[in-house]
Amino acid sequence: MEPVDVELKDGELELPTDSMLVQMGPSHPAMHGTVRIVVELSGETLTKADVQIGFLHRGFEKMCERGTWSQCLPYVDRLNYASPMLNNVGFVLAAEKLLGVTVPERCQHSRVALSELARIADHMVCSAAFAMELGAFTPFLYLTKARELIYDILEEETGARVTHAFARIGGMAAPPSDDFGQMIRDAMPSVMQLVDDTEALLLKNRIFLDRVEGLGVMSQKDAIALGWTGPVLRSTGVPYDIRKAHPYLTYDQYDFDVPVGSAGDNYDRFMCRQAEIRQSARIIEQAVAQMPKSGPVNIDDPRVVFPPKDQVHNTIEGTIRHFKLVMEGVELPAGECYSYSEASNGELGFYILSDGSGTPWRVRIRPPCFACVQGLEQMITGGMIADVVPAFGSMNMIGGECDH
Amino acid sequence: MSRKVLDILAEEFGDAIVHTHDQCGDETAMIDPASWKQIATFLRDDPRIAMDHFIDLTAVDHLGRPTPTEDPLRGSDDSRFEVVLHLRSMQKMHRIRLKAALADQADDELQIDSLADVWSGANWFERECYDMFGIHFSGHPDLRRILLYDEFEGHPLRKDYDAKKTQPLVDYREEAVDRLPPFKDDEGMPFGRRTHAGVERAGRGTARLAERNLLGFTAPTGPTSGRDSSPSSEDEGKA
Repeated sequence: MEPVDVELKDGELELPTDSMLVQMGPSHPAMHGTVRIVVELSGETLTKADVQIGFLHRGFEKMCERGTWSQCLPYVDRLNYASPMLNNVGFVLAAEKLLGVTVPERCQHSRVALSELARIADHMVCSAAFAMELGAFTPFLYLTKARELIYDILEEETGARVTHAFARIGGMAAPPSDDFGQMIRDAMPSVMQLVDDTEALLLKNRIFLDRVEGLGVMSQKDAIALGWTGPVLRSTGVPYDIRKAHPYLTYDQYDFDVPVGSAGDNYDRFMCRQAEIRQSARIIEQAVAQMPKSGPVNIDDPRVVFPPKDQVHNTIEGTIRHFKLVMEGVELPAGECYSYSEASNGELGFYILSDGSGTPWRVRIRPPCFACVQGLEQMITGGMIADVVPAFGSMNMIGGECDH
Repeated sequence: MSRKVLDILAEEFGDAIVHTHDQCGDETAMIDPASWKQIATFLRDDPRIAMDHFIDLTAVDHLGRPTPTEDPLRGSDDSRFEVVLHLRSMQKMHRIRLKAALADQADDELQIDSLADVWSGANWFERECYDMFGIHFSGHPDLRRILLYDEFEGHPLRKDYDAKKTQPLVDYREEAVDRLPPFKDDEGMPFGRRTHAGVERAGRGTARLAERNLLGFTAPTGPTSGRDSSPSSEDEGKA
């Protein structure tokens, strides 16, 4: 809505026309992360907006330069804390690219299955919070329940509910358990039922639809120039998914679709995530079915992979190997590489530089939602202040990732 | 791995390309910083390349690395900073990494052209790069810190920024008074500030706050002062 411009004669009553400066955040009940949006309002219309991030800056990149490559893993867990496994896998893929190794097939399927579970959990967090910010509390409870079922599987597999630090350069911390496939097959029907129920509640709700349809629109061309990736880019109709466009791990062996939107509005972003949950479920099913029941998980390279614990405790070679890997770290060859994977919000890139020692020279993370949140200003300017909340919610800003 | 983009670049800008490599399959060109924007615009507009998708912009500090001849990362250039740009083409599906070396200069002179009007996505990435490395992007529409606050001293991702360095306390921002109403006496906690050991830490708010007038940061009085001295270890733990 445009502010009405009325010409007033002298002596007529004049309403105050000063614009008002309002700060939304950094901690706002309807906000989905720690962010401050300074908006200039004319009535209820936004004339200017300044999105200010950085409240969760923890110096991730600086911290990585102080330890070994393996010690970065717990840090990357905390980038996107809604789907730590995807960050884990993204980081070890970068290290393995520089190292020039490929992990065994069993490990690849295992990484895919765990990653896709994390992706489902992440999309659920986003959709749940998105609905709750618009006043719909029941979908939040449904999706949180469904997410808990997924966290149970992840906890069973990795030993930690949220921050797993489970991937290793050259493999995984542990092979997939014998029950992994069965747990997934048991839990998935309930998870998908809850997802269906959520949609049934929301998509016939007039209030919800009025607040998401046709609002927060972004054009394809602008989205590409802004560096958008992931579901937010696909909602504009660009079918770019790294799992299809530049397949990594075993993604080229699975049958799945890339859902795209058409309008690039809040509705499309929400629906893209919902559709991706279903596609991820398909991928998990295939990954578990194709995963070899036995075989190695780690690459066979004593310079990279930790020795089995009984060797560490009982042989001098194992002890030395373990000691060197802990104290000096995995030595990546000198050089640079940029590795990217499809995280829940889009392209998660790691640009890593090694000087040949066990300590990173530079670890640069390219967080997907940094580029997405950058486009928020354009999306909300000119709209109403109430539309900031759904537009921001559908971006799925994750503070840890966006603020490094 | 194809070097298609690199070949076109070498053909068009022979002199401005310092060196190229494709380690790990990543096509990389080190270019002359003076041609930074010109080459970037060419990469976006040339139909054979069509790099319309902005991916990443960052920098690397090479302070303290061995001499360039012994260092495989740096090619032939001995400059301290490198600005690194990653691009991708939506139609052609190829990627390129563009790098430009900047010598170690005084803060104001450390600059390179901004790409914010080539790809709108470069805007925040350049602000971040300025924030972390102090590299100025000339022509940037709004170059200010993005992740850190305005009063932050130094640029933390430089190698000569000590990771253990602590930052001074920030004065209350006078100009923001009408935007952010100051805390009342009974609101807020003096987190991270040195407090006198004898003063009880009970409760929010307190006469102590009022007495020291922390919010205005006028000269502190009495034994509870010490805003400028570093926090004691005991207080750090509590904060």
